[in-house]
Amino acid sequence: MIIRVVLPAHLRTLARVNGEVKLDLDGTATQRSILDALEATYPMLRGTIRDQVTQQRRAFVRFFACEQDLSHESPDAPLPDPVAKGAEPFLVVGAMAGG
Amino acid sequence: MSQVRVLVGTRKGAFVLASDGKRKRWDVSGPHFGGWEIYHLKGSPADPNRLYASQSSAWFGQLIQRSSDGGKTWEAVGNKFAYEGTPGTHLWYDGTPRPWEFTRVWHLEPSLTDPDTVYAGIQDAALFRTGDGGQTWQELPGLRNHASASSWQPGAGGLCLHTILLDPAHPERIFIAISAAGVFRSDDGAKTWRPMNRGLRSEQIPNPTAEVGHCVHRIAMHRSRPNVLFMQKHWDVMRTDDGGESWREISGSLPTDFGFVIDVHAHEPETIYVVPIKSDSEHYLPDGKLRVYRSRNGGKEWEALTKGLPQSHCYVNVLRDAMAVDSLDPCGVYFGTTGGQVYASADAGDSWEPIVRDLPSVVSVEVQTLS
Repeated sequence: MIIRVVLPAHLRTLARVNGEVKLDLDGTATQRSILDALEATYPMLRGTIRDQVTQQRRAFVRFFACEQDLSHESPDAPLPDPVAKGAEPFLVVGAMAGG
Repeated sequence: MSQVRVLVGTRKGAFVLASDGKRKRWDVSGPHFGGWEIYHLKGSPADPNRLYASQSSAWFGQLIQRSSDGGKTWEAVGNKFAYEGTPGTHLWYDGTPRPWEFTRVWHLEPSLTDPDTVYAGIQDAALFRTGDGGQTWQELPGLRNHASASSWQPGAGGLCLHTILLDPAHPERIFIAISAAGVFRSDDGAKTWRPMNRGLRSEQIPNPTAEVGHCVHRIAMHRSRPNVLFMQKHWDVMRTDDGGESWREISGSLPTDFGFVIDVHAHEPETIYVVPIKSDSEHYLPDGKLRVYRSRNGGKEWEALTKGLPQSHCYVNVLRDAMAVDSLDPCGVYFGTTGGQVYASADAGDSWEPIVRDLPSVVSVEVQTLS
Protein backbone atom coordinates (compact mmCIF):
# COMPACT_ATOMS: atom_id res chain seq x y z
CA MET A 1 0.00 0.00 0.00
CA ILE A 2 1.07 3.53 -0.68
CA ILE A 3 1.12 5.88 2.31
CA ARG A 4 1.24 9.66 1.85
CA VAL A 5 3.34 11.67 4.29
CA VAL A 6 3.53 15.45 4.56
CA LEU A 7 6.75 16.73 6.15
CA PRO A 8 7.40 20.19 7.58
CA ALA A 9 9.39 22.55 5.36
CA HIS A 10 12.74 22.13 7.14
CA LEU A 11 12.57 18.36 6.81
CA ARG A 12 11.55 18.53 3.14
CA THR A 13 14.64 20.65 2.54
CA LEU A 14 16.79 18.22 4.49
CA ALA A 15 15.40 15.20 2.62
CA ARG A 16 15.55 17.09 -0.68
CA VAL A 17 11.91 16.42 -1.56
CA ASN A 18 9.10 18.61 -2.80
CA GLY A 19 5.52 18.10 -1.76
CA GLU A 20 4.25 14.86 -0.29
CA VAL A 21 6.40 11.79 0.25
CA LYS A 22 4.92 8.50 -0.88
CA LEU A 23 5.99 5.34 0.92
CA ASP A 24 5.28 1.76 -0.15
CA LEU A 25 4.46 0.03 3.11
CA ASP A 26 4.00 -3.67 3.90
CA GLY A 27 1.83 -4.69 6.84
CA THR A 28 -0.19 -2.48 9.16
CA ALA A 29 0.16 1.27 8.86
CA THR A 30 1.23 2.59 12.27
CA GLN A 31 3.28 5.57 13.34
CA ARG A 32 6.25 3.27 13.87
CA SER A 33 5.96 1.49 10.51
CA ILE A 34 5.62 4.81 8.69
CA LEU A 35 8.61 6.34 10.46
CA ASP A 36 10.67 3.19 9.95
CA ALA A 37 9.94 3.32 6.21
CA LEU A 38 10.50 7.06 6.05
CA GLU A 39 13.90 6.83 7.76
CA ALA A 40 14.93 3.87 5.61
CA THR A 41 14.20 5.87 2.45
CA TYR A 42 15.57 9.16 3.79
CA PRO A 43 18.32 8.32 6.33
CA MET A 44 19.05 12.01 6.89
CA LEU A 45 15.72 12.25 8.73
CA ARG A 46 16.86 9.88 11.47
CA GLY A 47 16.71 11.62 14.80
CA THR A 48 14.74 14.60 13.53
CA ILE A 49 11.22 13.29 14.22
CA ARG A 50 11.94 10.80 17.02
CA ASP A 51 14.95 10.38 19.24
CA GLN A 52 17.39 7.83 17.86
CA VAL A 53 18.08 6.26 21.23
CA THR A 54 14.70 6.33 22.98
CA GLN A 55 12.53 6.31 19.81
CA GLN A 56 10.32 8.89 21.54
CA ARG A 57 8.63 11.54 19.41
CA ARG A 58 10.49 14.82 19.71
CA ALA A 59 8.67 17.22 22.00
CA PHE A 60 7.96 19.88 19.37
CA VAL A 61 6.81 17.46 16.68
CA ARG A 62 3.19 16.30 16.33
CA PHE A 63 1.41 13.73 14.18
CA PHE A 64 -1.93 14.67 12.63
CA ALA A 65 -4.23 12.76 10.27
CA CYS A 66 -7.90 12.96 9.34
CA GLU A 67 -8.21 16.13 11.38
CA GLN A 68 -7.09 14.33 14.55
CA ASP A 69 -4.02 14.75 16.73
CA LEU A 70 -2.53 11.26 16.93
CA SER A 71 0.62 12.35 18.74
CA HIS A 72 -0.28 10.64 21.98
CA GLU A 73 -1.50 7.41 20.45
CA SER A 74 0.65 4.31 20.78
CA PRO A 75 3.29 4.19 18.03
CA ASP A 76 2.02 0.68 17.26
CA ALA A 77 -1.68 1.56 17.05
CA PRO A 78 -3.16 1.12 13.55
CA LEU A 79 -3.69 4.44 11.83
CA PRO A 80 -7.11 5.43 10.46
CA ASP A 81 -8.19 3.58 7.32
CA PRO A 82 -7.98 6.63 5.04
CA VAL A 83 -4.28 6.94 5.92
CA ALA A 84 -3.65 3.23 5.40
CA LYS A 85 -5.40 3.41 2.03
CA GLY A 86 -3.60 6.54 0.91
CA ALA A 87 -6.76 8.65 0.78
CA GLU A 88 -5.49 10.97 3.51
CA PRO A 89 -1.92 11.96 4.31
CA PHE A 90 -0.07 11.42 7.59
CA LEU A 91 1.13 14.85 8.67
CA VAL A 92 4.37 15.42 10.55
CA VAL A 93 4.04 18.89 12.03
CA GLY A 94 6.52 21.19 13.72
CA ALA A 95 4.96 23.01 16.66
CA MET A 96 4.09 26.65 15.99
CA ALA A 97 6.43 29.14 17.57
CA GLY A 98 6.72 32.86 17.46
CA GLY A 99 4.82 35.91 18.60
CA MET B 1 48.04 33.71 -3.92
CA SER B 2 46.80 32.88 -0.48
CA GLN B 3 43.11 32.83 0.32
CA VAL B 4 41.15 33.10 3.50
CA ARG B 5 37.86 31.41 4.26
CA VAL B 6 35.87 32.51 7.30
CA LEU B 7 33.27 30.02 8.53
CA VAL B 8 30.47 31.68 10.46
CA GLY B 9 27.84 29.86 12.52
CA THR B 10 24.73 31.84 13.45
CA ARG B 11 21.40 31.31 15.16
CA LYS B 12 19.77 30.98 11.74
CA GLY B 13 22.27 29.33 9.44
CA ALA B 14 25.90 29.15 8.32
CA PHE B 15 27.79 31.61 6.14
CA VAL B 16 31.08 31.25 4.30
CA LEU B 17 33.09 34.45 3.71
CA ALA B 18 35.99 34.21 1.28
CA SER B 19 38.75 36.61 0.27
CA ASP B 20 42.20 36.67 -1.23
CA GLY B 21 45.25 37.34 0.92
CA LYS B 22 44.66 41.08 0.89
CA ARG B 23 41.47 40.52 2.89
CA LYS B 24 39.78 43.59 1.45
CA ARG B 25 37.02 42.22 -0.79
CA TRP B 26 34.84 39.39 0.43
CA ASP B 27 32.47 36.96 -1.24
CA VAL B 28 29.64 35.94 1.06
CA SER B 29 27.74 32.69 0.58
CA GLY B 30 24.81 31.55 2.64
CA PRO B 31 22.71 31.06 4.55
CA HIS B 32 23.46 27.38 4.44
CA PHE B 33 20.92 25.40 6.52
CA GLY B 34 18.75 28.52 6.78
CA GLY B 35 16.61 28.66 9.89
CA TRP B 36 18.75 26.18 11.85
CA GLU B 37 21.14 27.01 14.67
CA ILE B 38 24.73 26.43 13.63
CA TYR B 39 26.70 26.26 16.83
CA HIS B 40 29.99 25.55 15.09
CA LEU B 41 31.60 24.69 11.79
CA LYS B 42 35.24 23.97 11.22
CA GLY B 43 37.59 22.71 8.51
CA SER B 44 40.06 19.86 8.70
CA PRO B 45 43.70 20.98 9.01
CA ALA B 46 44.61 17.89 6.98
CA ASP B 47 42.21 18.64 4.11
CA PRO B 48 40.92 22.22 4.02
CA ASN B 49 38.05 21.34 1.71
CA ARG B 50 36.64 18.98 4.31
CA LEU B 51 34.32 20.93 6.59
CA TYR B 52 32.03 19.81 9.38
CA ALA B 53 29.04 21.70 10.75
CA SER B 54 26.85 21.23 13.80
CA GLN B 55 23.24 21.98 12.83
CA SER B 56 20.46 21.87 15.39
CA SER B 57 16.99 23.07 16.25
CA ALA B 58 14.66 22.75 19.20
CA TRP B 59 12.14 21.09 16.88
CA PHE B 60 14.19 18.60 14.92
CA GLY B 61 17.25 17.95 17.06
CA GLN B 62 20.86 17.55 16.02
CA LEU B 63 22.34 17.04 12.57
CA ILE B 64 25.94 16.92 11.43
CA GLN B 65 26.73 18.22 7.96
CA ARG B 66 29.90 17.48 6.00
CA SER B 67 31.33 19.20 2.97
CA SER B 68 34.13 17.88 0.78
CA ASP B 69 34.36 20.93 -1.47
CA GLY B 70 35.00 23.78 0.91
CA GLY B 71 31.38 24.47 1.72
CA LYS B 72 29.86 24.57 -1.77
CA THR B 73 27.82 21.41 -1.17
CA TRP B 74 26.95 19.53 2.01
CA GLU B 75 25.62 16.16 3.03
CA ALA B 76 24.03 15.10 6.30
CA VAL B 77 26.09 12.40 8.00
CA GLY B 78 25.62 10.51 11.25
CA ASN B 79 23.80 12.24 14.09
CA LYS B 80 23.42 9.51 16.70
CA PHE B 81 25.17 10.56 19.90
CA ALA B 82 24.45 7.77 22.37
CA TYR B 83 26.24 7.81 25.71
CA GLU B 84 28.30 4.70 26.41
CA GLY B 85 26.55 2.39 28.89
CA THR B 86 23.90 3.67 31.25
CA PRO B 87 24.63 7.32 31.96
CA GLY B 88 24.55 8.33 35.59
CA THR B 89 23.58 11.74 36.88
CA HIS B 90 25.09 15.19 37.20
CA LEU B 91 23.68 18.01 39.29
CA TRP B 92 20.89 20.23 38.02
CA TYR B 93 20.66 23.97 38.73
CA ASP B 94 18.77 23.32 41.96
CA GLY B 95 21.37 20.83 43.19
CA THR B 96 19.30 17.71 42.55
CA PRO B 97 20.68 14.79 40.51
CA ARG B 98 19.70 14.78 36.84
CA PRO B 99 20.35 12.01 34.29
CA TRP B 100 22.76 12.84 31.48
CA GLU B 101 20.77 13.79 28.38
CA PHE B 102 22.05 14.68 24.91
CA THR B 103 20.96 18.14 23.74
CA ARG B 104 23.35 19.37 21.05
CA VAL B 105 26.88 19.47 19.70
CA TRP B 106 28.62 22.67 20.74
CA HIS B 107 32.01 22.20 19.13
CA LEU B 108 33.59 20.09 16.39
CA GLU B 109 37.36 19.72 16.44
CA PRO B 110 38.81 17.93 13.41
CA SER B 111 41.97 15.88 13.90
CA LEU B 112 45.22 17.61 13.02
CA THR B 113 46.21 14.75 10.71
CA ASP B 114 43.15 12.80 9.50
CA PRO B 115 40.19 14.44 7.72
CA ASP B 116 37.86 11.59 8.75
CA THR B 117 38.56 11.94 12.46
CA VAL B 118 36.70 14.59 14.41
CA TYR B 119 36.06 15.18 18.10
CA ALA B 120 32.69 16.54 19.22
CA GLY B 121 31.96 18.34 22.47
CA ILE B 122 28.34 17.98 23.46
CA GLN B 123 25.72 19.00 25.98
CA ASP B 124 25.23 17.34 28.49
CA ALA B 125 29.00 17.38 28.73
CA ALA B 126 30.77 14.51 27.04
CA LEU B 127 33.38 13.94 24.36
CA PHE B 128 32.59 11.97 21.20
CA ARG B 129 34.75 10.98 18.26
CA THR B 130 34.22 9.82 14.70
CA GLY B 131 36.83 7.99 12.68
CA ASP B 132 34.74 7.61 9.52
CA GLY B 133 34.06 11.16 8.47
CA GLY B 134 31.06 11.62 10.74
CA GLN B 135 29.04 8.56 9.70
CA THR B 136 29.21 7.12 13.23
CA TRP B 137 30.09 8.70 16.56
CA GLN B 138 31.38 6.96 19.66
CA GLU B 139 31.65 8.42 23.12
CA LEU B 140 35.08 8.54 24.74
CA PRO B 141 33.54 7.77 28.12
CA GLY B 142 36.57 8.28 30.36
CA LEU B 143 35.72 11.93 30.80
CA ARG B 144 32.06 11.48 31.77
CA ASN B 145 33.08 8.61 34.04
CA HIS B 146 35.50 10.85 35.94
CA ALA B 147 34.95 10.63 39.70
CA SER B 148 33.86 14.27 39.85
CA ALA B 149 31.25 14.05 37.08
CA SER B 150 28.29 13.44 39.35
CA SER B 151 29.00 16.86 40.92
CA TRP B 152 29.17 18.82 37.65
CA GLN B 153 26.55 21.56 37.34
CA PRO B 154 25.49 23.44 34.21
CA GLY B 155 26.30 27.06 33.51
CA ALA B 156 23.52 29.30 32.27
CA GLY B 157 23.93 27.91 28.75
CA GLY B 158 23.73 24.28 29.84
CA LEU B 159 26.27 21.65 30.89
CA CYS B 160 28.30 21.98 27.73
CA LEU B 161 31.69 20.75 26.59
CA HIS B 162 32.59 23.74 24.45
CA THR B 163 36.36 23.72 23.93
CA ILE B 164 38.65 20.98 22.61
CA LEU B 165 42.38 21.62 22.13
CA LEU B 166 44.54 18.99 20.46
CA ASP B 167 48.22 19.20 21.36
CA PRO B 168 50.30 19.15 18.15
CA ALA B 169 53.43 18.07 20.02
CA HIS B 170 51.81 15.26 22.02
CA PRO B 171 49.18 13.41 19.95
CA GLU B 172 47.78 11.67 23.02
CA ARG B 173 47.22 14.93 24.90
CA ILE B 174 43.82 16.64 24.75
CA PHE B 175 42.51 19.58 26.74
CA ILE B 176 38.78 20.17 27.08
CA ALA B 177 36.72 22.75 28.95
CA ILE B 178 33.22 22.42 30.37
CA SER B 179 30.86 25.06 31.75
CA ALA B 180 30.70 24.87 34.67
CA ALA B 181 33.15 22.09 35.58
CA GLY B 182 36.41 23.55 34.30
CA VAL B 183 39.43 22.31 32.37
CA PHE B 184 40.38 18.64 32.08
CA ARG B 185 43.44 17.11 30.41
CA SER B 186 44.05 13.64 29.07
CA ASP B 187 47.55 12.35 28.31
CA ASP B 188 46.43 8.98 26.99
CA GLY B 189 44.16 9.73 24.06
CA ALA B 190 41.04 10.47 26.15
CA LYS B 191 41.08 7.28 28.22
CA THR B 192 41.70 9.02 31.55
CA TRP B 193 41.39 12.64 32.58
CA ARG B 194 42.61 14.97 35.31
CA PRO B 195 41.06 18.30 36.35
CA MET B 196 43.41 21.18 35.54
CA ASN B 197 41.99 24.02 37.59
CA ARG B 198 44.61 24.79 40.24
CA GLY B 199 44.97 28.52 40.63
CA LEU B 200 41.45 29.34 39.49
CA ARG B 201 39.34 31.25 41.97
CA SER B 202 35.57 31.54 41.53
CA GLU B 203 33.67 33.38 44.22
CA GLN B 204 30.35 32.12 42.83
CA ILE B 205 30.87 28.55 44.07
CA PRO B 206 30.91 27.33 47.68
CA ASN B 207 34.64 26.58 47.66
CA PRO B 208 36.23 29.26 45.44
CA THR B 209 39.35 27.14 44.82
CA ALA B 210 37.60 23.80 44.31
CA GLU B 211 39.24 21.23 42.05
CA VAL B 212 36.20 21.30 39.72
CA GLY B 213 33.17 23.55 39.32
CA HIS B 214 34.70 26.60 37.61
CA CYS B 215 32.87 28.25 34.74
CA VAL B 216 35.65 28.29 32.17
CA HIS B 217 34.42 30.06 29.05
CA ARG B 218 37.29 29.41 26.66
CA ILE B 219 40.91 28.26 26.50
CA ALA B 220 43.37 28.95 23.69
CA MET B 221 46.77 27.57 22.67
CA HIS B 222 49.54 28.56 20.28
CA ARG B 223 50.67 25.57 18.22
CA SER B 224 54.35 26.27 18.83
CA ARG B 225 54.01 26.24 22.60
CA PRO B 226 51.28 23.84 23.69
CA ASN B 227 52.20 23.98 27.38
CA VAL B 228 51.11 27.61 27.52
CA LEU B 229 47.35 28.11 27.59
CA PHE B 230 45.29 31.24 27.99
CA MET B 231 41.83 31.24 29.54
CA GLN B 232 38.83 33.50 29.65
CA LYS B 233 37.01 32.34 32.74
CA HIS B 234 33.54 33.61 33.66
CA TRP B 235 35.42 36.32 35.53
CA ASP B 236 39.25 36.50 35.21
CA VAL B 237 41.68 36.07 32.35
CA MET B 238 44.26 33.43 33.23
CA ARG B 239 47.37 31.71 31.85
CA THR B 240 49.25 28.52 32.54
CA ASP B 241 52.86 27.79 31.59
CA ASP B 242 52.85 24.16 32.64
CA GLY B 243 50.11 22.52 30.60
CA GLY B 244 47.35 23.41 33.02
CA GLU B 245 48.99 22.21 36.23
CA SER B 246 48.72 25.74 37.65
CA TRP B 247 47.08 28.96 36.50
CA ARG B 248 47.70 32.59 37.36
CA GLU B 249 45.61 35.66 36.68
CA ILE B 250 46.62 38.10 33.93
CA SER B 251 43.54 40.34 33.89
CA GLY B 252 45.70 43.34 34.77
CA SER B 253 44.37 46.62 33.41
CA LEU B 254 41.36 45.23 31.52
CA PRO B 255 38.24 47.35 32.08
CA THR B 256 36.41 44.19 33.14
CA ASP B 257 37.71 40.64 33.21
CA PHE B 258 34.38 39.04 32.37
CA GLY B 259 34.08 37.79 28.80
CA PHE B 260 33.82 34.78 26.56
CA VAL B 261 36.43 34.72 23.78
CA ILE B 262 40.21 34.55 23.94
CA ASP B 263 42.64 33.81 21.12
CA VAL B 264 46.35 33.88 20.30
CA HIS B 265 48.16 35.62 17.42
CA ALA B 266 49.26 33.13 14.74
CA HIS B 267 52.95 34.11 14.85
CA GLU B 268 53.46 35.74 18.24
CA PRO B 269 52.68 33.28 21.03
CA GLU B 270 52.66 36.07 23.65
CA THR B 271 50.13 38.19 21.77
CA ILE B 272 46.58 37.49 22.89
CA TYR B 273 43.13 38.98 22.33
CA VAL B 274 40.01 39.25 24.48
CA VAL B 275 36.75 41.18 24.27
CA PRO B 276 35.79 42.33 27.77
CA ILE B 277 32.06 42.19 28.55
CA LYS B 278 30.53 44.34 31.25
CA SER B 279 29.32 41.64 33.64
CA ASP B 280 27.69 38.26 33.95
CA SER B 281 24.33 39.86 34.60
CA GLU B 282 24.49 42.22 31.65
CA HIS B 283 26.28 40.32 28.88
CA TYR B 284 27.03 43.38 26.78
CA LEU B 285 29.98 45.68 26.18
CA PRO B 286 31.09 48.21 28.81
CA ASP B 287 30.34 51.86 28.04
CA GLY B 288 28.66 51.00 24.73
CA LYS B 289 32.11 50.62 23.10
CA LEU B 290 33.28 47.62 21.09
CA ARG B 291 36.89 47.23 22.11
CA VAL B 292 39.16 44.27 21.49
CA TYR B 293 41.98 44.20 24.03
CA ARG B 294 45.39 42.97 22.98
CA SER B 295 48.34 42.05 25.08
CA ARG B 296 51.70 41.67 23.35
CA ASN B 297 53.48 40.36 26.42
CA GLY B 298 51.35 37.43 27.51
CA GLY B 299 48.99 39.39 29.71
CA LYS B 300 51.31 41.82 31.51
CA GLU B 301 49.85 44.86 29.75
CA TRP B 302 46.69 45.35 27.71
CA GLU B 303 45.82 47.90 25.02
CA ALA B 304 42.38 48.75 23.65
CA LEU B 305 41.96 48.26 19.89
CA THR B 306 39.19 50.52 18.62
CA LYS B 307 40.03 51.72 15.11
CA GLY B 308 37.08 50.84 12.90
CA LEU B 309 34.94 49.50 15.74
CA PRO B 310 31.83 51.32 17.02
CA GLN B 311 32.60 53.45 20.07
CA SER B 312 29.10 54.48 21.10
CA HIS B 313 25.72 52.83 21.64
CA CYS B 314 27.06 49.35 20.98
CA TYR B 315 25.69 46.65 23.27
CA VAL B 316 26.48 43.36 21.57
CA ASN B 317 28.24 40.31 22.98
CA VAL B 318 30.97 38.15 21.47
CA LEU B 319 30.38 34.49 22.30
CA ARG B 320 33.02 31.96 23.26
CA ASP B 321 33.59 30.34 19.87
CA ALA B 322 33.29 33.56 17.88
CA MET B 323 36.92 34.66 17.44
CA ALA B 324 39.65 33.20 15.23
CA VAL B 325 42.92 34.14 13.54
CA ASP B 326 44.37 33.40 10.11
CA SER B 327 48.02 32.52 9.57
CA LEU B 328 48.92 35.16 7.00
CA ASP B 329 51.50 37.86 7.73
CA PRO B 330 50.36 40.20 9.16
CA CYS B 331 48.07 37.98 11.16
CA GLY B 332 44.34 38.42 10.51
CA VAL B 333 41.94 38.48 13.44
CA TYR B 334 38.19 37.89 13.11
CA PHE B 335 35.23 37.94 15.44
CA GLY B 336 31.45 37.87 15.24
CA THR B 337 28.88 39.53 17.45
CA THR B 338 25.42 38.74 18.72
CA GLY B 339 24.32 41.71 16.60
CA GLY B 340 25.28 39.87 13.42
CA GLN B 341 28.47 41.71 12.50
CA VAL B 342 31.65 39.89 11.54
CA TYR B 343 34.71 42.13 11.92
CA ALA B 344 38.08 41.48 10.37
CA SER B 345 41.50 42.96 11.00
CA ALA B 346 44.24 42.36 8.43
CA ASP B 347 46.88 43.99 10.66
CA ALA B 348 46.78 41.95 13.85
CA GLY B 349 44.10 44.10 15.42
CA ASP B 350 45.41 47.61 14.74
CA SER B 351 42.37 48.39 12.58
CA TRP B 352 39.07 46.68 11.84
CA GLU B 353 36.42 46.55 9.15
CA PRO B 354 33.10 44.73 9.09
CA ILE B 355 32.93 41.97 6.46
CA VAL B 356 29.16 41.73 7.00
CA ARG B 357 26.94 43.77 9.28
CA ASP B 358 23.53 42.17 9.43
CA LEU B 359 23.74 38.42 9.81
CA PRO B 360 21.69 36.58 12.42
CA SER B 361 23.31 36.50 15.85
CA VAL B 362 26.80 35.00 15.45
CA VAL B 363 27.65 31.95 17.54
CA SER B 364 30.97 30.85 16.06
CA VAL B 365 33.76 32.04 13.77
CA GLU B 366 36.54 29.90 12.37
CA VAL B 367 39.17 30.79 9.78
CA GLN B 368 40.98 28.74 7.19
CA THR B 369 44.13 30.03 5.51
CA LEU B 370 44.39 28.43 2.08
CA SER B 371 47.52 28.48 -0.02
